[in-house]
Amino acid sequence: LSATPETPKEDGRPKWDNKFQYILSCIGFAVGLGNVWRFPYLCQIHGGGAFLIPYFIALLFEGIPLLHLELALGQCLRKGSIGAWNAISPYLGGVGVGSWMVSVLVSLYYNTVLTWVMWYFINSFQEPLPWSACPLNENRTGFNEECYESTAVNYFWYRKTLNITPDIAESGTFQWWLILCLAACWAIVYLCTIRGIETTGKAIYVTAIFPYLVLTIFLIQGLTLPGATEGLIYLFTPDLNTLKNPRVWLDAATQIFFSLSLAFGGLIAFASYNPTKNDCEKDAVTVAIVNSLTSLYASIPVFSVLGFKATTAYWDCLDRNIINIINEFDLPEESIMRQNYTSWISFLNSSYPEKIAGLKLKSCNLQEFLDQSVSGTGLAFIIFTQAIILMPGSQAWAILFFIMLFSLGLSSMFGNIEGVFTPLLELQIIPKSAPKELLSGIICLISFLIALCFTLGSGSYWIDIFDRYAASVPLLVIAFFEVIGVVYIYKIKRFSEDVEWMTGRKLNLFWQITWRFISPLLLLIVFTAFVTLQMQKPPSYTAWNPKYEGFPMKEEKVYPPWVQAICVLLAALPCVCVPLVALFHLVKQKRRSKDTSFGPPEVFSCQGINS
Amino acid sequence: MLRTLLLTLSVVAIAHAELCKPDAQNAFKVRISIKTALGDNAYAWDANEEYLFKAMVAFAMRRYSSKSTTQISNVLLCNVTDRVSFWFVVTDSSKNVTTVPGSEVEAAIRMNRNRINNAFLLSDKTLQFLKITSTLSPPVEPSTPVWLIVFGVVLCLILAGIVFLIVSGIQKHKKKNKESTERENLEEKVEVTLENGIPCEALDLKAGRVNGVFAADDERFTSL
Repeated sequence: LSATPETPKEDGRPKWDNKFQYILSCIGFAVGLGNVWRFPYLCQIHGGGAFLIPYFIALLFEGIPLLHLELALGQCLRKGSIGAWNAISPYLGGVGVGSWMVSVLVSLYYNTVLTWVMWYFINSFQEPLPWSACPLNENRTGFNEECYESTAVNYFWYRKTLNITPDIAESGTFQWWLILCLAACWAIVYLCTIRGIETTGKAIYVTAIFPYLVLTIFLIQGLTLPGATEGLIYLFTPDLNTLKNPRVWLDAATQIFFSLSLAFGGLIAFASYNPTKNDCEKDAVTVAIVNSLTSLYASIPVFSVLGFKATTAYWDCLDRNIINIINEFDLPEESIMRQNYTSWISFLNSSYPEKIAGLKLKSCNLQEFLDQSVSGTGLAFIIFTQAIILMPGSQAWAILFFIMLFSLGLSSMFGNIEGVFTPLLELQIIPKSAPKELLSGIICLISFLIALCFTLGSGSYWIDIFDRYAASVPLLVIAFFEVIGVVYIYKIKRFSEDVEWMTGRKLNLFWQITWRFISPLLLLIVFTAFVTLQMQKPPSYTAWNPKYEGFPMKEEKVYPPWVQAICVLLAALPCVCVPLVALFHLVKQKRRSKDTSFGPPEVFSCQGINS
Repeated sequence: MLRTLLLTLSVVAIAHAELCKPDAQNAFKVRISIKTALGDNAYAWDANEEYLFKAMVAFAMRRYSSKSTTQISNVLLCNVTDRVSFWFVVTDSSKNVTTVPGSEVEAAIRMNRNRINNAFLLSDKTLQFLKITSTLSPPVEPSTPVWLIVFGVVLCLILAGIVFLIVSGIQKHKKKNKESTERENLEEKVEVTLENGIPCEALDLKAGRVNGVFAADDERFTSL
């Protein structure tokens, strides 16, 4: 059932309907959840506008060169990651296998995050929103204790969605509602990737463009909310002192690297469906710049909403104090307003200090509320949902927000799945006569079955582990070997000739310098810094434990040894492929050279395909 | 005559003052927040509102104990502040100068809380009886959770899409197979009729084909 196109190319490879589809797919793959919930957080904690300086430097010297390299590679060799690296040199085949493995691991857990988004989406149709109020306890005299001590949004996230266990060692039970949503998510992924880029190419028009529409709507809405300007000022006020901290530079480099989804093999797969005569240099610059601009654009509504939330919390704090004072002193209503609160407090403190002290008023500080910064799932499922309750018409905002998150994640999933699908298709795991739909079905089914582990009570702890270990260090290693492999094994001279043939103009000196020296060096520095920072303290996690004394603060726990072993395995497995495959080929070559004398391996070149 | 009247009045007043004072036995503090509840439509708290309040409490006591002995005059209000907050007690007219036990008053108020709130256009939060906790109303829950319905809709759409794509793929494949077999048959037919560019019908297959290059007149057999 494989649909070879009506007008077959020389090699019968599927191709994009038009250039726009290809660019949109790359942008969709790069722009993901991290642009919304990681970049604004980093901006905030690393000195606001000042963070843009290391960010753009990293973009220029690390992001764009590596992106250009991957796109040029895929376009030239016209194969998925495994095939492409095998073609460059059999010793480098491990790089392709490593990136394939990372794509598999990431696909598994990424779709579970989308499961949570879907769960919140289908719960947004309720009036009132289920996370707006605490449920009652058994005898209806008060609220559920766990909910009352934390907040309703926390309760809905940790108890009603995840049903989280207090420790990673306790697996808990399968959450059937999450299994249903997981099945739906994998069905959607199957629906969109059923025939490879033929179907994702159509789906990407929606999933890549829709988030921008919603972000614009949220931007307009966010700017009209009270307190939005405080949030934005807080976000963008530059604090140049933070640049002295090397941690900031490291975060900028890692953010740019992971944000562009490099080293997954998905970009190579996308580019391999291009015609060879295509300006990959312009494409790379376009995709990278659009990705960064999207991050900036997304941080505006995010911070407007956060500013609104902080202001509302501040006003609530003030109002609670005011009510307490009015009740204690039996003053008429509305005698103390937010504006004259400070003058009243000083007056009352001087006249009745013991009474005021007895009230135990909380000190309300707007800055403190603005400082409560969160990234990741906490931002989306706790902070943002709380802010949405406060907006008029909360159902509509919630639905829009979660559809946007879902589209963002889905378009990134397309890239991940393509990184898994294309190499398998080329390796001909299934016979050529079998339909493509079968392979994509098998991939989705097996991934669904494995991802069921993440629907256990301890699932979210495992997703954190996968995110921290499988999707971080291996990517840096693989990217490093990618650059080294192309520049020093394939030889930069040959590669620049290929790129010149594809783009039609000579390779700029900038690319030569960055590919040869700057990017590998940067990657090495980032890798060492990253690993050193991870090694500094024993790997720990924060657990949601209602029985903890400091509840609702999360309890800091250390991973048990068997979990630490799994972390190391996840990080090491893709990396170890690189030397293993090289070794395997070395042994094979030695054995082959003993039996017969084969000529030197074919010299591969882009131009060789079409000449 | 006047003196006895004055005397009884003063005794009653003193008795009332003793019965109704802050933190007295069986006394309850009430706190009302009219401006918070009604904003611009807020009414002023005056003696008429106090009268209505006494009437509502008397009504609650009557409904609760089902005996019609509680009068409006049995409800005593005192210490009204600007907040608006005050204390009240319910006296027992049958027994002399005593108050109805707090538990009874509490139960009566709780039973008729809704009616009392509505009389003043307020709610449990804006008309607070400080020692009487209100039973919280459970959230309205539909029989089938809404999310399950939405999930069903979403899943049906997805499955319909998948089935459509698979079926259209099968149809396209069948059509292509048919086309390619037709093309193959056409080529085979053409092949069958051609051999070395010469149609076979033109050849005389019975006797074989004599190649003129090699069959040169009489030299068919090698000479001895």
